[in-house]
Amino acid sequence: MESMIKQKIKEVKKGDQSSFEDIVSFYQNKVYHICLRMIGNSYEAEDLAQEAFIRAYTNIHSFDERRKFSTWLYRIATNLTIDRIRKKKPDYHLDAEVRGTDGLDMYSQLAADQALPEEEVESLELQSYIHREILALPPKYRSVIVLRYLDELALQEIAEILDIPVGTVKTRVHRGREALRKRLRHV
Amino acid sequence: MKCNKEAVALMHKYMDGELDREEERRLRDHLQACQSCQTHFHELKRTTTLITNTNAASAPNDFTANVMANLPKEKKRKNYARLFQRHPILTAAAVFFILMFSGITTAWNQDQQVTVSKQENLEIKEDIVIVPEGVTVNGDLTVRNGDLKIDGQINGDVTIINGDIVNGQPEGSIENGLDSSTLRAYTGELTEVNEIYEWIWYQTKGVVTDIFSFGSDE
Repeated sequence: MESMIKQKIKEVKKGDQSSFEDIVSFYQNKVYHICLRMIGNSYEAEDLAQEAFIRAYTNIHSFDERRKFSTWLYRIATNLTIDRIRKKKPDYHLDAEVRGTDGLDMYSQLAADQALPEEEVESLELQSYIHREILALPPKYRSVIVLRYLDELALQEIAEILDIPVGTVKTRVHRGREALRKRLRHV
Repeated sequence: MKCNKEAVALMHKYMDGELDREEERRLRDHLQACQSCQTHFHELKRTTTLITNTNAASAPNDFTANVMANLPKEKKRKNYARLFQRHPILTAAAVFFILMFSGITTAWNQDQQVTVSKQENLEIKEDIVIVPEGVTVNGDLTVRNGDLKIDGQINGDVTIINGDIVNGQPEGSIENGLDSSTLRAYTGELTEVNEIYEWIWYQTKGVVTDIFSFGSDE
């Protein structure tokens, strides 16, 4: 799959716009997922994910083909999302969470007929509760927790995406985990 | 072992999959002995299980189509930039031409003095080069920054740069049966260069001719 993506990127670099379509459809869920869990609002997540792909396209020539494309793409997406979180007004934040809940419920329902791996998370309410708790984390902890647990990326890759040292990633994962432990203890 | 520092640090290390055997043993021993750390550890494990097993969200159905519709159209200017990026030799060629043309332009602007390629038997009067009566110039003649008046005869090409040909009374033209209608007093070609782009063209042509004649010599 990785080599297919590499080939597509080469074609896009040569000016073949249509090859980008396969790249988008391959990564769209991952990118959207990262944006959604960080911003907590399906409309904004879609907007951010779309913007991330457009930026990736316009800057494709600055992408070094020896590196992993997903890391580069996620970096664009997380940077955009972190910027958006920073620009948000505090009162808007509460609003976003409420709207985000609708989005979360909808997606949970889409997947509701699949068997869930753990009995503990069978409850849709529990899922949206967990997502709300993740959203309540400060952005710098939220981003590492989302990348580490929701996308299950390696610490090294998270460090590259966020452009911070691995040691910092570890510290933030630890603190994020501790914060969530306190919040989810009574679930 | 201090519960709230060392043990918790080991727990997180465990969760990052970075515990070595010795640390793992110490953590296990401690957890068996310390009830509060056991609870802490259990809560942490449960937390990670909870956040790991959330459903993956999928992008809306028309997401890819939306992205593709919003991509910027390829711009011509960008293509040029990329062309130069990909082919350094093009850049080198462009730089070469810029330097060459600027050199030629400077040469054009700088010297305003009348110069003639052949000085023998020619008269120069107030920027007019005169081939006097009875004089025959054998070979090509080039006049710069001045007009040319031919009263005599030239056997060869005439090039006038930044000047005109002034009608004289060429003696040889009619007698020699040359083209009388245009009063040609020279047997070769006449080239007048009066504009800078003509000058550039003239220079370029000179270079090209040199190259080809050099090639044919071999």
